[in-house]
Amino acid sequence: MAGKTLYDKLWDSHLVKDLDDGTSLLYIDLQYIHEVTSPQAFEGLRLAKRKAWRSGANLATPDHNVPTTLSERSRGVEGIIDPVSKIQVKSLDANCLEFEISEFTIDDPRHGIVHIIGPEQGRTLPGMTIVCGDSHTSTHGALGALAHGIGTSEVEHVLATQTLQQRKAKNMLVKVNGRLGTGITAKDMVLAIIGKIGTAGGTGYTIEFAGDAVQALSIEGRMTVCNMAIEAGARAGIVAVDDLTIEYLEGRPFAPKGEQWKQAVSAWRDLHSDADAEFDKVVELEGSEIEPQVSWGTSPEMVAPVNARVPDPQEVENASRRGNYQQALKYMGLEPNTPIQDIQLDRIFIGSCTNSRIEDLRAAAAVVKGRKVAKNIKQALVVPGSGLVKAQAEHEGLDKIFIEAGLEWREPGCSMCLAMNADQLGEGEHCASTSNRNFEGRQGFGGRTHLVSPAMAAAAAVSGHFVDVRTLDLN
Amino acid sequence: MKKFTQEKGIVIPLDRANVDTDYIIPKQFLKSIKRTGFGKNLFDEARYLDKGLPDEDCSDRPLNPDFVLNQARYQGGRILLARENFGCGSSREHAPWALDDYGIRCIIAPSFADIFFNNCFKNGILPIVLEEDIVDILFEETAANEGYELEIDLANQQILKPDGEVLAFDIEPSRKKVLLNGLDDISLTLQHADDIKAFESRWQQQSPWLFN
Repeated sequence: MAGKTLYDKLWDSHLVKDLDDGTSLLYIDLQYIHEVTSPQAFEGLRLAKRKAWRSGANLATPDHNVPTTLSERSRGVEGIIDPVSKIQVKSLDANCLEFEISEFTIDDPRHGIVHIIGPEQGRTLPGMTIVCGDSHTSTHGALGALAHGIGTSEVEHVLATQTLQQRKAKNMLVKVNGRLGTGITAKDMVLAIIGKIGTAGGTGYTIEFAGDAVQALSIEGRMTVCNMAIEAGARAGIVAVDDLTIEYLEGRPFAPKGEQWKQAVSAWRDLHSDADAEFDKVVELEGSEIEPQVSWGTSPEMVAPVNARVPDPQEVENASRRGNYQQALKYMGLEPNTPIQDIQLDRIFIGSCTNSRIEDLRAAAAVVKGRKVAKNIKQALVVPGSGLVKAQAEHEGLDKIFIEAGLEWREPGCSMCLAMNADQLGEGEHCASTSNRNFEGRQGFGGRTHLVSPAMAAAAAVSGHFVDVRTLDLN
Repeated sequence: MKKFTQEKGIVIPLDRANVDTDYIIPKQFLKSIKRTGFGKNLFDEARYLDKGLPDEDCSDRPLNPDFVLNQARYQGGRILLARENFGCGSSREHAPWALDDYGIRCIIAPSFADIFFNNCFKNGILPIVLEEDIVDILFEETAANEGYELEIDLANQQILKPDGEVLAFDIEPSRKKVLLNGLDDISLTLQHADDIKAFESRWQQQSPWLFN
């Protein structure tokens, strides 16, 4: 019998029972909760007079529509100007109190984007099953956890039962061999993967990311890769546990301590696919062939290397794909065959659960240090992923580097990634963004998003258009 | 939960691949703490020519005449015909809530994104996967015949076309049962509460650090 994949192991260890209809009841160790997809779930519990099955297995924080300006944030929840957003954040606070759920409120120093604070606090642990009413929950798979997004009905279901009724996904292995070139990041890697397998390439699968180039990534880099598994259609992305995972977690506030730490580490050592495990699908890439990526269209699969050109739909054979390309170029206001580097930009966004950790900010700061934001850039935002990331960046003087270069240094939150708060693109504006989705209107009505790494966004900020960050001298 | 048994209605063709959940319901409408009222903002950015705001009266907003929902022949449609990877992107259940609130009861496409597909069943909406060439034919027939209707029969897993042809479709038995009977998922799961408790106690012994 073939060995087990990491996904098989995580699945098997959480299996409460197989139901007679081919589905299974899976135990959920941890649920993250935020203000946008939870109010209706709590309301459902109230209407049915149900309690949380295990309050302690949840952690909440408001992130999606919190403002990021200091003037609003300095007054906590009362400082939120948008009355509808304020009601939603207050509802989360009230619901957490009523159902006895821990919350990092808006003014807690540990507050931040839910997918940033979980790993940062050591709340996310290897071997866990984790859900959240947010598709980027896949981020937590970087630590060897089975983590995926769910809808609000399932948020309620997990609150009430601590389980989900699931169908097991298939196993996909995405292996990135060799090494990434100098200046190439985890973001370029995952965009290249999505470009290769497509935005629905992972639908129905759990993707395990492996290979030398993946193992060589920091834990933060692995989070960036797993974060975008959903952009390839896979609900969950995972990376095997190794020494780096364990080093990352040791000493974090919620990580186990003492004897329990030893016991946990010993269990975590088994969290990798067996050598003889079989995958339903295997995709391989060569790390050395990956270049800095820039998305040119309205789906994350529409990416190209920075030194390439916007594709010409006429050269696309498949009629449906040709139509998609034409539609995307029309929305993006781009002509076929335009060099990517000629795309002029209006705004820059460095942030989101994909790229707002300290390493991301360091990479961006290294590029803008001693330079100035180009004149055609109307706004360049840097939004740290959490209060602790912000404090660390300030400790290292990164905030000053950004501000001196002409970027804005903001308070943590999801911000312009989905533009639920005031941070939005204007109609027709092009943005170099370190976020995860370039859908129509994603960052604002009529806004045009180009997905890039933090270093590439920073290089675009000081150049006014895309440039190959590898050609810039770094200070 | 809302039942789904049979449905006959006008087909609305949305000829666009990879329709994402931002397209179905833009983020500014996600600030609501309710489950209802999203229908007027379904496909907001494609449907109206201006930028939509939450809690706005949409009756005076300029409509995009090219968008399918605004065409007279598709008014009152209850079946959405779509292209591959429908519902990709975020996990927001506001997407099926908006479709439901508008009156869509069934979506037919060659493929769906996982989370969206799952969310539909939680809201009494039936997503049906059909082969791409069959979907192509349905698009052609919808375009060619004003008032084109399909009749969906979930119990028999059949779609009846106006020309009398019957198309079969697959659905997982558990999902079919929940839809046909309008069952509450949580009540069903709580029938296994003893199994959950037994698992939990074993798991706690094995991995005590998960229960600190």
